[in-house]
This record gives sequence, C-alpha cells and structure tokens, in this order.
Amino acid sequence: MTKTVTIRNRAGIHARPAALIAQTANRFASEILIERDEARINAKSIMGIITMAASYNSVLTICASGTDEKEAIEAINALFENKFEED
Amino acid sequence: MALKRFSVLDLLGLDLKEHDSLDLRCVCGRRGLVRDITIPDLNRPGLALSGFYDSFAWQRVQLFGRGEVAYLNKIAAEGRLETIQQMFTFNVPCCIFTHNLEPSAAFIETAEEAGCPVLQTGLDSSEFSSRLLRILSNIFAPKVSIHGVLVEVYGLGILILGDSGVGKSETALELIERGHRLVADDVVEISCVNGNSLLGQGANKIIGHHMEIRGLGIINITQLYGVGSIRERKEVQIVAKLEEWDANKVYDRLGTEQLTMEILGVKIPKLEIPVKPGRNIPIILETAAMNERLKSMGYFSAKEFNQNVLKWIETDAARAPYYGVDDSY
Repeated sequence: MTKTVTIRNRAGIHARPAALIAQTANRFASEILIERDEARINAKSIMGIITMAASYNSVLTICASGTDEKEAIEAINALFENKFEED
Repeated sequence: MALKRFSVLDLLGLDLKEHDSLDLRCVCGRRGLVRDITIPDLNRPGLALSGFYDSFAWQRVQLFGRGEVAYLNKIAAEGRLETIQQMFTFNVPCCIFTHNLEPSAAFIETAEEAGCPVLQTGLDSSEFSSRLLRILSNIFAPKVSIHGVLVEVYGLGILILGDSGVGKSETALELIERGHRLVADDVVEISCVNGNSLLGQGANKIIGHHMEIRGLGIINITQLYGVGSIRERKEVQIVAKLEEWDANKVYDRLGTEQLTMEILGVKIPKLEIPVKPGRNIPIILETAAMNERLKSMGYFSAKEFNQNVLKWIETDAARAPYYGVDDSY
C-alpha cells in the first residue's frame, strides 16, 4: 500500500519531525518505507529519515506492507497533515 | 537506486585529489556543459576524423591525443573541415584534449557553434584514460542503499542487518568502544565496483558518523571517540544478520556450512546471529571477524576440527583390536 504526501511545514524534515515519524512507524509491525526520488529509506530509522533531507514542498511516497499497513499509513499521513505540529 | 544524471559539468565539479585528479578545464562550448555523459567509456575519434562515421561511438567522451591533434592540424591547414563539422552533428558529450594541446581556432569555432564543450587536461592520454575510466566506472557502478550498520572489525567490513530495535546500533557502539570503526549507521550506500566487490559508505557526508541510540538520542561518534573510530568507506566483506531468538529455528552449530547473501549480484558470506539477553553480540562479531580472517588465510576452524575428530576416530578404531574388549592398558 502506498500514499503520496507533501511536506507542508517550512523547516522540512529535520530532527524533530524525523523522530516523530520513526516513533509512529515503530508502533506498527508492517515494513514501512519512505521514498524520495530514487532514495528509499526505512521509516523506522531516525537517521535514515534525516538523511533524506526532505525540504518544504517536496513530495514523498510512503509504502507499507504488512498486517497493519492501512493504519500505519494513516498514522504517518496524519503527521504530515498536521505539519508535525509546527508552523 | 540508479544514478540520476551525470553531466559534463558534474565531471568538472568532481572533488578529486592527487592521483585521481583529472586536471580538467573548459576551453570553449560552455553552454554545452549540461550535456549528459551516459556511457562510462571513451573513444579516440581517429577513424571518424578521417571521414569514416560508421559505428561511430558518439555517445562516449571523445579523447584527442597527440595523434588526433596532429591530424586535426593537418586537415585544418588543408582547409578540410567537413569531417570536423560532421563529428559535431552527432551529439557528442564532450571533447577532451590531453597534454594541454590547443585545439585549432577552426575546431573551437565549430564546437562553439554546435554547443559541444571542449575540455583540456595536462595529463597524457594513457594516464588520463585510465583515470577517467576508473572514475566513470565508480560513478556508474550499480548502487543500492540498505538499512543497517557498517563497521570495520579487525580490518574486516561487517554489515550488520536486522529489524528495527534488534540492537544494531548498540552492537556497533560497543564495537567502537572496543576500538573498532564505524563506517555508516542506519543508511549504508553500497556500490558494486569492478563487478566483484561491494563498497559501503554513508549516504550523506554532512550528517555521517552520527548514531541514534534509544534512550540517548543522536550522538556524534567522531566527537565522542575521535577520528580514529571512523572510516569514510569500507568494503562489505561479511553480513551479520541479527534476529530475535527463535526457539523453533535451527541455528548453525558447527559453522561448516557457509550461508551467503547476494547484494547487487555479489555473494558475500552471511551469519545469522540470534539475539537474546546475555548473549554478547559485539564479542561474537569480533570472533566472527577473526574467524573469517583465518578462513581467508586458509585455516577453517570448523573443518579442521572435524578432520581432527575423524583422524582420532580412525586411530582409535585401528588400535581397538590390540586392546581387546576390556579397554584396559
């Protein structure tokens, strides 16, 4: 299952949003990946997410596969929609 | 993960030092610097210049050495510029002159018109071609990024894999504490060089050599343990897969069978290491590294042990008839 999201907070994905994503992803058993251009990283790893250096307005794809993939994608999508409680 | 694009400008912008340096500068055709180099190879356009354009490898970087330049000067002096013009009708990525040779004014004019960049290098042709081929083949090498930790233990590159939270980073931290080196944490970018070896490095130089340890947060290994505890890149020589202890799974008890894992078509030895409280994974990995080095020196502990056992059984069986059934000496 995949979902495309756009980064809406000005600062982009820095340490705090990355930690939020990783924490959320870790609640689920599914394998969750985030894609940006050619880079694919594991959503459960903070360093990986930061390495993407995703900035304002960049488009990411969240891919999840597993028993709770739907819930996982919804939860992560909600973080993006809330702009990681920033701005 | 495929390479996005590699233009002539990227080639000029490569940060290369000493024996890797290409010593390139642009002579003319600057607006063509955005042209892409799509094939990691070069071509000496001797045949093309003489007018033979069948099978002309125009997609490659065109290299002009002393011979080509002498010929160019000759045809320019005779006023025969058609073959040069014909060459630029192909979309060649760039022309490179070695030995700091100067292209003739007519050549520069034609190149400028066609928007083809002309570069110059101080190196000689053979040295330049071997350097360029080496650099291009590294750039065009197939790449993949893997979620894991790459450490160097006793000189051996170990790629630690495993699910999130199994303790990869903690294992690496203890290895660093014990004097080994961190190459990359979390995202390891692996490229296949020469078709048979895997080179691993961090995905990002700026934020490389940081680790995330649960309960501590993000720590900077270079600052904490010094520059001796890190490495920029290292060949991946063995894979250690950490997994939660599974009572139903059969783990290798002898070590005579070699599991392998394929990355980018290269097979490397793999260990499956079950994790359980009380099992000291860093020490197991240190031992694995030393054992692997012994193997590469021709000493295979598990096989040697088995041979000794076989020998012992044999000699015992040979002695048995002399001692009889009571087995007393």
